[in-house]
Amino acid sequence: MNLQSSANEPAIELVGIDKKFGTVHANKNINLSVGKGSIHGIIGENGAGKSTLMSILYGFYHADEGEIRIQGRPVTIRDSQAAIAAGIGMVHQHFMLVENFTVLENVMLGAEGGQLLAKGVAGARKELKRLETDYGLDVDPDALIEELPVGNQQRVEILKALYRGADILILDEPTGVLTPAEADHLFRILQVLRDQGKTIILITHKLREIMAITDTVSVMRRGEMVATRKTAETTVTELAELMVGRRVLLRVEKGDANPGPVLLSVKNLTVKDGRGVTMVDDVSFDVRAGEIVGIAGVAGNGQSELLEALAGIRKPVSGEILIDGKPVGAADPAALRQLGLAHIPEDRHHMGLVLKFEEYENSILGYHHDPRYGRGSMLDLDAVRKSAEEQIEKYDIRPPNARLKTANFSGGNQQKIVVAREIERDPKMLLVGQPTRGVDIGAIEFIHRRIIEMRGAGKAVLLVSVELDEIRSLSDRILVMFAGKVVGEKTSDADEQTLGLMMAGIAA
Amino acid sequence: MSTASVPLPAWINYGVIPLLNLILAFLFSGLVVWAIGENPLEALNFLIQGALGRGDAIGFTLFYATSFIFTGLSVAVAFHAGLFNIGSEGQAYVGGLGAALVALSLDHYVPWYVTMPFAVVGAALFGAAWAFIPAWLQAKRGSHIVITTIMFNFIGAALMVYLLVNVFIVPGKMAPETRTFLAGGQLPKLDWLMALFGLKLGPAPFNVSFIIALVMCYLVWLLIWRTKLGYEMRTLGISPTAAVYAGIPYVRTVIIAMLISGGLAGMMSLNAVMGASARLQVEFVAGAGFVGIAVSLMGRSHPVGIVLAAILFGILYQGGADLSFEMPNITRDMIVVIQGLVIFFAGALEYMLRPAMVRLYQTATGK
Repeated sequence: MNLQSSANEPAIELVGIDKKFGTVHANKNINLSVGKGSIHGIIGENGAGKSTLMSILYGFYHADEGEIRIQGRPVTIRDSQAAIAAGIGMVHQHFMLVENFTVLENVMLGAEGGQLLAKGVAGARKELKRLETDYGLDVDPDALIEELPVGNQQRVEILKALYRGADILILDEPTGVLTPAEADHLFRILQVLRDQGKTIILITHKLREIMAITDTVSVMRRGEMVATRKTAETTVTELAELMVGRRVLLRVEKGDANPGPVLLSVKNLTVKDGRGVTMVDDVSFDVRAGEIVGIAGVAGNGQSELLEALAGIRKPVSGEILIDGKPVGAADPAALRQLGLAHIPEDRHHMGLVLKFEEYENSILGYHHDPRYGRGSMLDLDAVRKSAEEQIEKYDIRPPNARLKTANFSGGNQQKIVVAREIERDPKMLLVGQPTRGVDIGAIEFIHRRIIEMRGAGKAVLLVSVELDEIRSLSDRILVMFAGKVVGEKTSDADEQTLGLMMAGIAA
Repeated sequence: MSTASVPLPAWINYGVIPLLNLILAFLFSGLVVWAIGENPLEALNFLIQGALGRGDAIGFTLFYATSFIFTGLSVAVAFHAGLFNIGSEGQAYVGGLGAALVALSLDHYVPWYVTMPFAVVGAALFGAAWAFIPAWLQAKRGSHIVITTIMFNFIGAALMVYLLVNVFIVPGKMAPETRTFLAGGQLPKLDWLMALFGLKLGPAPFNVSFIIALVMCYLVWLLIWRTKLGYEMRTLGISPTAAVYAGIPYVRTVIIAMLISGGLAGMMSLNAVMGASARLQVEFVAGAGFVGIAVSLMGRSHPVGIVLAAILFGILYQGGADLSFEMPNITRDMIVVIQGLVIFFAGALEYMLRPAMVRLYQTATGK
């Protein structure tokens, strides 16, 4: 278990780290050693304990037991200040940047160097220049953060850590918001950093990234560090099995599509967001019965707004949505459900579920007026619980307890609650947004199979996902969205490069 | 952080923790009493005796509790829909107008039990009407309900004073109040109920509206946890985005929740106007609307909790009045301090003891 990450001496060592949250054992006796000047990947399903471990390393939590050693010396990391002092820098999944500050101001923030800014600014500018030449991190120091593309914002986060003297960089799911090209650029930067002697810990659930960039990799499962491997000596299949604890199918098997008549049709749809910015720009497409249409795109290119408009949540500015050839006008979500449109929303925490509700209460959200759940204005709780228990059994929702608060289910099981509710209604059309975001591999397989079954049953499925692999393996046709427009349509065998270029707005 | 997600059994959550909070509140109140040179134990004795020692004391305690149950339910219903109704005070005040109009019109002709259902409807309608404008402004225009309901308390108070001074005043009298209702416009006392327990009600105005309040508790429970409307209100209250997703109509749900809330507040006037003074007077609500906020908070917006919290505040009101009579050093203001401490510990510091209880519970159960 205590396999040394590289021939070099370890930059960071965790010895017997143990952490409990009440009855939840988040980290069980974790031992980890990361070699100096290496890139070490940590993978694991959601809830495996990766984030807890990194939070302990960065001083957000304190381990109940165990020791952290940095460059061989035991250290106590009481808070993030102490972590920074120990040379640990963290790049969070969600950036911690002040949007209307410049790059330079963000980098300096918290390390201004005195009451008057002028001296600090000059010093920071010089230091930034040095970091830029040393590591190839080119960002205009005077650009405003909000005007930078996401990939560059991430570079600013890395610069911030380096500016504070970080020797060990932790990156938490860094590619979630990047285009494939931006991700490649990030990897090149990480390689330069490693070659310059920095140590990098990369937390991800994308096996492809682990294989592409890391030197060594550790797998976490249910709070335990189950394996550490040299990347060159392992395979994607082995890692996936280690993560889940059993064999998994990474590719979904599906037969040929058998498209029927057009069920859902979108004509010249334009949607604006709350600030009045056009997010969906004159989009038209059809979805037929028995096919899955995938919408690919980097997050923030209008997919979310498109999905919300189709679900009746957001009012389009112009254009038409037709169901079965009839315009639905300004129908609200309830009326659209009546027409047979089910919706698995992108954000299950804020839309798909009421986390404070018990499971059975969520199993009828949006369908609570169904006479099956009580006549007139009364709710028949026995009927609701019975149907919830049926869904729990059919979708293997764990723990199988309809009276448990929804917040206490894992991400995968929460998503299954939503999927069960929407699919069990036998809708004619299904809108699916990020069906497997924050969902573990076992549940991903399950959810993908249900979506394919819907297609087999002659339903029209529209799938929005930022996971290109997911789009490619499920869709019969792929529409690529960029800056609010559909920039092209491909079949499911389109190669990743082509789609990646289209997602980046470079027409193919 | 780490103990917040650990579930505790209901008897600890709803039994032990509130009780400990209450004990803490009394300990600190004791310190205050001691600091002004009185004996805390003696003071506590006066308070308890004054609230529960005699039949009429209990009668007064339950009379106050009745008002607090109505206003507590009013705040709770709005709260379940995510609305903080600070306007129960004003809605109760205007509700009194509805009750009084019914009593004044019918008391010559019919006995009280015929007047009562009309009075219930009248009080509720007027209370609801006073909640409607803030509700509409919130639902349609996004004006914050806290601000508008506070303002409507003042508008309501001014309106009522105007009506009492200029319209309802009995000619030739100085007091700004309506004429005294005849027996047909009064709610009878519950002396028979007290007699069942061998107690004499005496002059205490404990009346039939207590039973109406308990019926409302049941109806509110039914509404919140057993109807589709209640389900929609709770969804909206916890997660407005999930409510949009589920197609729950925001405007309609907000307005209905506020109408029910205002109606319940309005019914408080049955107790004060028709049950006690038998006439509509200025300022008859006397802060019961605001106490309702504390009662709802302490009772976790659940009817059972609200009844218990309302009785506690009834004890503080009645016992406090007796205490300040027996110990002149402890003024009415000191009683308000003690009430404040109860709200502070039981409401605002609700979760202060939770982490310690979680640790105790875990050690005890060996987990």
